[in-house]
Amino acid sequence: MARTSLPARERSLLPTDAPLSLLTKTGEPVVDPELVMPDDDVLLELHRRMVVGRRFDTQATALTRQGRLAVYPSSRGQEACEVGSVLALREQDWLFPTYRDSVALVTRGVPAVETLTLLQGGWHNGYDPHEHRVAPQCTPLATNTLHAVGLAHAAKLKGEDTVALVLVGDGATSEGDTHEALNFAAVWQAPVVFLVQNNGYAISVPMSKQNVAPSLAHKGVGYGVPSVLVDGNDPAALYAVVRDAVRVAAEGGGPTLIEAITYRVEAHTNADDATRYRDADEVAAWLDRDPVDRIEAYLTARGLLDDARRATVAAEAEAYAASVREVMNADVEVDPAELFEHVYAEPTRQLREQAALLAEELA
Amino acid sequence: MSTLSMSGALNMALADALEADERVLVFGEDVGPLGGVFRITDGLAARFGDRRVFDTPLAESGIVGTAIGMAMNGMRPVVEMQFDAFAYPAFEQITSHLAKMRNRTRGKVEVPVVIRIPYGGGIGGVEHHCDSSEAYYTHTSGLRVVTPGTPQDGYDLLRDAIDSPDPVIFLEPKRRYWSKGEVVADQRRTGFDRALIRRPGEDVTLIAYGPMVATALETAEAAKEEGWDVEVVDLRSLSPFDDETVCGSVRRTGRAVVVHEAAGFGGYGAEVVARVTERCFHHLHAPVLRVTGFDIPYPPPKLEEHFLPGVDRILDTIGRLQWDDEVRGA
Ligand SMILES: Cc1ncc(C[n+]2csc(CCOP(=O)(O)OP(=O)(O)O)c2C)c(N)n1
Ligand SMILES: [Mg+2]
Repeated sequence: MARTSLPARERSLLPTDAPLSLLTKTGEPVVDPELVMPDDDVLLELHRRMVVGRRFDTQATALTRQGRLAVYPSSRGQEACEVGSVLALREQDWLFPTYRDSVALVTRGVPAVETLTLLQGGWHNGYDPHEHRVAPQCTPLATNTLHAVGLAHAAKLKGEDTVALVLVGDGATSEGDTHEALNFAAVWQAPVVFLVQNNGYAISVPMSKQNVAPSLAHKGVGYGVPSVLVDGNDPAALYAVVRDAVRVAAEGGGPTLIEAITYRVEAHTNADDATRYRDADEVAAWLDRDPVDRIEAYLTARGLLDDARRATVAAEAEAYAASVREVMNADVEVDPAELFEHVYAEPTRQLREQAALLAEELA
Repeated sequence: MSTLSMSGALNMALADALEADERVLVFGEDVGPLGGVFRITDGLAARFGDRRVFDTPLAESGIVGTAIGMAMNGMRPVVEMQFDAFAYPAFEQITSHLAKMRNRTRGKVEVPVVIRIPYGGGIGGVEHHCDSSEAYYTHTSGLRVVTPGTPQDGYDLLRDAIDSPDPVIFLEPKRRYWSKGEVVADQRRTGFDRALIRRPGEDVTLIAYGPMVATALETAEAAKEEGWDVEVVDLRSLSPFDDETVCGSVRRTGRAVVVHEAAGFGGYGAEVVARVTERCFHHLHAPVLRVTGFDIPYPPPKLEEHFLPGVDRILDTIGRLQWDDEVRGA
């Protein structure tokens, strides 16, 4: 695995003025003394997973139109973050995602049907968090930051080599929990990595109304958390900075705050109308900075990605989408009796009475 | 057996739990070297080290939120909120995550966290230090809510809470911290979610919990002069609720009064009255009445005596239970 060098500046608290990057928007390599280009096999894997992830994302949006999903928050345009961050994790590490991060989940290996259970409406969460080391997707904004810090601190107390990576949005950085979590993580030197996906909007509210600091990464400074600003549409750079932050955390170097500048190409969810608050020109400019195109251009120019491999990856993505359609088109089996099962370790007498009442009603 | 204050019993329970299970961690504001503002964690940091008993940054959501993460990683955190009203910053973590994690994950993730909260008035505290916030928690499915009325229950319920696989809101009646009683360690006789009949009686059931248990017992003594034989039920576990013990008592006495410090409107007592009425209607000689705090913010120290339910107000209320309709004790 490629490792970045660790010059003194990187562990200084301040982020760089310009986002770190390894690829220009047209896929030319950038020489950055602070980052090392990931190995070719990593880049090819990033590409493959981003293509598959994007196909999953469009499939999920389509499923909302067919009434198979109640709602879907798309991460189209944010694939470098969704995929790059997850591939930078080790198996023993934990991921603390939000509602936006379904692509990160499937990249982590959570089966699609279990990832989409929440949005399909069969239950609040469909997978075993311990099996995948992925916390339930978190909707109350920024609350997951504290869970990540707690889990990481416990790992440290137990002498476990585990790092927690928590994903939050730009809007969520205004929530108190983000700030408490940064401070707790710093005081405890917890092995945790904060990745802020700054996609420009919190539903309709733009960055300008959310923050006037020079960057969101600057928010780590006041807490003593080293902070990094990275081009969030650059999969190579994203992978490199997260990988580095994970390594530092695992080596006892404490938390890192990473702000990735990216863009939410779709509306907040399929139920939102983004034309009410942003211009088509703005979207077009960001489409021009597409993360998948970028890595494709680089790999093609390097001779690592030819038409045959491109076709193989596309076919894999199509096959995956077809399998997602198939599992999601099956009717969800729900059991009303289960409503009472997981409230307490043992259902209380009152819950058993209520379960009997409902069973009678359904008999 | 030893004679201990409730604070001493709570301290012993924490020490015994830390001793018994290395997954147990105690943390919060000032709980380390100081031993907590009420000294409940006195000596624990020195004895168990600052890896297991430690001060955190001053942020309640942070304390509960990180406790959840630690529990996800196999720990059994016991955290302290310094006072009732200062637990409110943690409300989102408690209601949206702590209470729901098991349910959301279909039982896959347990978060056995205990949140200790000194609550209630009667100590001349200034504003924000005297709230009775139990109803906020009892209204939240997934939480257990317990409150001791005696030093022995301080020990027993806290050990049970720490052993419980469910998250527990542990409400400590701060005005009773210094009340003394006999305490036997490691001999938990009453079930975690059972109420206890503290004093048997024939004529009326006084239902109380936490700080009002002592007041109810005092009232029962005073009621003898009026010729009323009062049974006192200490709920101990506010959620889940022990219908069996409470209703068993009310069916025998035929009359009941619920007492709590918290404001009455939408309060915990309303639930108790409803449950008792639904289940014991044909045994009741009078409507079930409540003696509660008024529907006002907790008053300033010089006025709190007018707010807190006391012996006289409870006796007056017992007097309104339609005794004239029958020969007393018949
Ligand atoms: C505590 C809380 N407040 C409000 C909401 C409603 N809400 C859901 S998503 C969202 C915007 C979040 O924006 P951001 O953090 O930038 O993440 P993004 O959706 O852009 O990924 C809001 C306001 C919520 N889920 N939680
Ligand atoms: Mg956003």
